[in-house]
Amino acid sequence: MAKMESKKKITKKFWTKLILAPILMFFFAYAMVPIYGVFCEITGFNGATGRVDSEQTYVVDETRKIEVSFFAMTMNGFPVQFGPKVSTMEVIPGKFYTTSYIAKNNTDEIVIGQAVPSVAPTGAAAYFKKLECFCFNKQVFKPYEQVEMTLRFVIEPELDERIKDVSLSYNFFKLNS
Amino acid sequence: MTTAIAHTDGHHSPEKGLMRWIKTTNHKDIGSLYLWFAFTMVLIGGAMAMVIRMELFQPGIQLIEPQFFNQMTTMHGLIMVFGAIMPAFVGLGNWLIPMMVGAPDMALPRMNNWSFWILPFAGGILLSTFFMEGGAPAFGWTFYAPLSTTFAPDSTDFFIFAVHLLGFSSIMGAINIIATVLNMRAPEMKLMDMPLFVWTWLITSFLLIGAMPVLAGAVTMMLTDRNFGTAFFDATGGGDPVLFQHIFWFFGHPEVYIMILPAFGVVSHIIPTFARKPLFGYSSMVYATASIAFLSYIVWAHHMFLTGMPVAGELYFMYATMLIAVPTGVKVFNWVSTMWRGSMTFEAPMLWAISFVFLFMIGGFSGLMLGIAPADIQYHDTYFVVAHFHYVLVTGALWSIIAATFYWLPKWTGKMYNETLAKVHFWWAVISVNVLFFPQHFLGLAGMPRRIPDYSLQFADFNMISSIGGFAFGASFILFTYIVIDCIRNGKPTDARPWEGAKGLEWTLEPKAQYHSFNTPPTRALIEQESQHS
Repeated sequence: MAKMESKKKITKKFWTKLILAPILMFFFAYAMVPIYGVFCEITGFNGATGRVDSEQTYVVDETRKIEVSFFAMTMNGFPVQFGPKVSTMEVIPGKFYTTSYIAKNNTDEIVIGQAVPSVAPTGAAAYFKKLECFCFNKQVFKPYEQVEMTLRFVIEPELDERIKDVSLSYNFFKLNS
Repeated sequence: MTTAIAHTDGHHSPEKGLMRWIKTTNHKDIGSLYLWFAFTMVLIGGAMAMVIRMELFQPGIQLIEPQFFNQMTTMHGLIMVFGAIMPAFVGLGNWLIPMMVGAPDMALPRMNNWSFWILPFAGGILLSTFFMEGGAPAFGWTFYAPLSTTFAPDSTDFFIFAVHLLGFSSIMGAINIIATVLNMRAPEMKLMDMPLFVWTWLITSFLLIGAMPVLAGAVTMMLTDRNFGTAFFDATGGGDPVLFQHIFWFFGHPEVYIMILPAFGVVSHIIPTFARKPLFGYSSMVYATASIAFLSYIVWAHHMFLTGMPVAGELYFMYATMLIAVPTGVKVFNWVSTMWRGSMTFEAPMLWAISFVFLFMIGGFSGLMLGIAPADIQYHDTYFVVAHFHYVLVTGALWSIIAATFYWLPKWTGKMYNETLAKVHFWWAVISVNVLFFPQHFLGLAGMPRRIPDYSLQFADFNMISSIGGFAFGASFILFTYIVIDCIRNGKPTDARPWEGAKGLEWTLEPKAQYHSFNTPPTRALIEQESQHS
C-alpha cells in the first residue's frame, strides 16, 4: 500500500529527538537559573555584589577617591528598624574598609530576616567585594534588641575610572523560619 | 496492525451523535472542534474586552472594581492567546495540512484527539477561577513574579495547572504536525513543493516545541515557589524576580511568532488566488519564515528595556530586534509583488488578506518603534504597546483566521457563504477595528498607562472613540456568526474549486472535502499542476 511506503520517512532517531526536545527545553528553563546566576556574578548585572574570602592586596592608587553611599530599606511589614551607621564614606579603591548597619527590633517577638544587597551603578557591582557581611546569613533579632552588624568591603581598583560615586543598598525581607 | 489498516481503509461515514466528536480521530472533525472551541473562546475573551472598554468609556471608576478590571485584562489576554488564536491555528492546520500534503489523515490521530480534548478542560479550569475566593488571576497575562507568586490569589494554582495543560496540548499538536508533514506527505512531494501554509506551520511547530516547555518550566517554578518553599523568584531566598521575566520572555517572544507565522502562510495562499498569479518569491518566503523563527529566540529582552540592563545588552537586543524587520519586509514585498499586475478581484477572503498586509504592517512599524531602546523608555507599558500588539494580533493573526475561514469554508462545507453580507461584515470590521485601536497609539504616546481602570481627563476623548469602535467591532462578530451558520445551513452548493485562481491539492477534492481524502497519494503530475509557485 502506498500509505505504508510513505510511512518510512521519519526514522526512530528522529522520533526520539522529537519527544526529547520538549523535555530538554523544559529543563532548559531550569538551567536558566544557574546560567543567570553566573551571568549576574560576572557582569554585576542586577547589582549583585561579589565576595572575597581573605584580605587580598591590591595595587592601591592613593589619589583616587570614590564616595560610597549606604542605603537601607525594609520590605512592607518588616518590623525591624534598620539603617546605616554612617551614610557616606570616602573610599580608596584597593583598600579594605569596615562600617556597620544598626538594626532594632521594635516588637516583642523574634524576627528573622534576610538582607539582599544591590549596588548601583550596574558597572560597579562586579568590583564591589565583601569580606564580611550580615547579608551572608539570615539574621535573628530578639525582642526589642538593638544590634550592630558589621560590613567589611573593598572596591577593586579595576573599577571604571569614570565612576566616582557608588551606592550600596540593603533590603531586608522577613523569613518565616 | 492489520486490523488498524482494515479499519482506516473502510470508507465508512462518521459515527452518529455526540460520541462522534468525543471519539473522533479524523483530522477534519478535530479541525472543526478546534475551530469551534477557538470561536467560543473569542466570544468569551471578547466579552471581557467589552467590559474593559465599558469601564474605560469615561474617566473615573463607573462599572467595576479595579481588582475586577485587572482580572478582566489578565483573563482577556490569556483566553485570547492560549484559548483563541493558538487553537484556531491548530484547527486550521488540522483541517488543511493533511489535504495540502496529500495525506489521508494526521500522523498521530489518537494523540490528536487527546490534544484537542485537553483544551476544553484547560479552558474550563482557567475560567473557573472567576468563581473562586480571591477571584481570578489579576496580574496581567505576563504574570510577572512576585505579583503572581507572593501576592497572587489562591486561584493562581489553578491558572498554573491550566497553563500546563494548554502547553501539553500545544506540544502534542506540534509533534503531530511535524510527524504529518515529514511522514505522511505524498511520496512525490518534495519539501520545496509544499504550500506555504504547510511550511509556516512546520516552522511554527518547531517554535512550539522550543518555547512551550520553557513556559511550563516557568509556571512550575511559580508553583514550587508558591507552595513548596523554593525561591526561584524570591529575593529573600536568593532568587531573583528579574529571572522570571527572562524565562517568561524567552518563551514569550517565540510565542508571538507562533501566533503570526501561520497567518503569513494563510495570506500567501489567498493573495495568489485572487491576483491570479503564482506567489512571488516562494523560496524567499520559506527562508524568510525560517529566519524570523530563528531570530525570535534571540531578541526576548527587548520586552525588558526598563527592567534594567547593561547598555551593551540594550544595544544588542535593539539591533537584533531591528533585524527581524528584514525577513518580514521580504514577505510584505513578496505579497505586494504577487499582486502587482495581477488580475485582481476582491472577494471577501482577498479583502481580509489585503487589509491584513496593510494593518499588520502598521503593527510591525509600531513594533520597530518599540524596539528602539531609548524610545521605549517613553512607550513602555503605555497604550502604545496595547495598540501595537492588537494591530499584530487582531488585524494580523485574527484577520488571517477570518480570511482563512471565508477562503476554505466552501471546501469545509461544500457550500458558498453570502458574499454581500461578507463584504458588509468586512467593511464593518475593518473600519471599527481601526476606530478601536488607532486612537490607542495617541493615548500611549501621550502617556496613558496600560492595565489601569481610570485615567486623567485629557485622555477622555480618545478613550471614548476607542470604546465606540470596540463596541462596533464586538458587534461585527454577531454578523460573522450569522454568515458562517447561514453558509452551513443554507449556502448554495459550490464547485470543487470555488475560486477561479485557487491552486492546491485541497481543491482537487470533492466540493465538500470527503471524510477520508487522499487514501491514495496524489501523483507527481497533480502536485506540479496544483503548485502555488511555478
